[in-house]
Amino acid sequence: MKKNLLLNTEKIDSIIKRLACEIIENNISLEKTCLIGIKSRGDLIAKRICEKIFEINGYEIEFGHIDVTFYRDDFLSNLGSHKIGPSRVNVDISKYNVILVDDVLFTGRTIKAALDEIFSFGRPLSVQLAVLVDRGNRQLPIKANYIGKNIPSSKTDQVHVYVKNYDGKDEVCIVECEK
Amino acid sequence: MKSKHLIGLETTPKDDISEFIDTGFLFREILERPIKRVPSLTGKNIVNLFFENSTRTKISFELAEKRLSADITNFSSSSSSVKKGESLKDTIQNIHAMKIDCVVMRHPVPGSAIQLTNYVDSVIVNAGDGTHEHPTQALLDMMSLKEHFGNIKGLKIGIVGDILHSRVALSNIFGLVKLGAKVKVCGPPHLIQKGIEELNVGVEYNVDNLIEWADAINILRIQRERMGVGIIPSVREYRRFFGITTERMKNHKKEIVVMHPGPINRGVEIDSSIADSNQAIILNQVLNGVAVRMSVLYLLLGNNDLK
Repeated sequence: MKKNLLLNTEKIDSIIKRLACEIIENNISLEKTCLIGIKSRGDLIAKRICEKIFEINGYEIEFGHIDVTFYRDDFLSNLGSHKIGPSRVNVDISKYNVILVDDVLFTGRTIKAALDEIFSFGRPLSVQLAVLVDRGNRQLPIKANYIGKNIPSSKTDQVHVYVKNYDGKDEVCIVECEK
Repeated sequence: MKSKHLIGLETTPKDDISEFIDTGFLFREILERPIKRVPSLTGKNIVNLFFENSTRTKISFELAEKRLSADITNFSSSSSSVKKGESLKDTIQNIHAMKIDCVVMRHPVPGSAIQLTNYVDSVIVNAGDGTHEHPTQALLDMMSLKEHFGNIKGLKIGIVGDILHSRVALSNIFGLVKLGAKVKVCGPPHLIQKGIEELNVGVEYNVDNLIEWADAINILRIQRERMGVGIIPSVREYRRFFGITTERMKNHKKEIVVMHPGPINRGVEIDSSIADSNQAIILNQVLNGVAVRMSVLYLLLGNNDLK
């Protein structure tokens, strides 16, 4: 097993700032935009992007989070893998452009589950996707609109994302596992 | 999750009971959405076997199953081969041969649910077996208490009515005691089992004392079919001694939470003014019933720890 540090606190900070800028640039009416983080960690990243947007142009963007466990296609093999958390979407989603936020984009199955779940709250004006890390190896035709960093990886590698207010540190690293 | 089936709360570990309740709150949130459906149990087959009449339990289970996207089949004994003399074992083995994943059963004979586990490997959920247990009712009662008070540990809960014949009372006692609540039962002396204190519950024969003691009371239905057959002399007498009446509640300064598993006999065990007041959480119990049954089916049908 070989562990490589890919992103540290400063790099993650600057990535979040860039993502915030890109979101502002692409969404002219921020009052019709809301960020929805995918648990766990996607919600924390979404919250930080919200704070950054507030810092940059003083607008408090709507924010929510979802836990997609009930919508996963692999729920039978994944049940019990983590404690399921509550979902919270406080806005009438049919009046908003939704930006889903997740930490790592990998097979695309989490995003498919998130799309299914988002539509149970109503029909959003549009849905975009922002991720901190895109590690490739997609199994579904899904593409992110905002990418923090592209990390080419093999299927057997593990990409770990740590977020300050959850894990106590900001860090992204890749662990190469023997095949 | 250690449980494979949900037969009764007596045999369900404390941690599993807590998990059923806590996951229930997640489903409760889903029930508030415009589209109240998740695809979790897509492709799973559930059979509802009801050998006894039921309105809300049956509807509640059906809704829970549909909202988890399971495929369901309903069976009621009145229109089946049971009328032709088929035994429970044969009925269930035949149904099981059609490849089902879960059986939800209500049956008038105590112990029929556990019996079922000997015949088939599907997940068995007890929806009431005679005077034995009705675990999902107790889970929804506890979920409603947790919703209202935030915690169950240390709560003082009174159960009023015909304790002897009540599966709701028994399941509530097992569940509440396991989660650390204090429980007292109250009713006519001949309708309370001898030795019930061994289950760590208190016995109170005066309902006014119970109201003064309790944080919440669960009022059981007085089964009218038992009236006048030597068990309860008359409706008026029962109402006078054990009914939760408007006058009685006025005499007590405190406001306690009132629960009822339904169906309500208005003017017998509870007055309309109390059942419809803000201190009653009866309709909340019904909504939580769907949520907690979704939680039970979801957790049992996806239980990986056992495979």
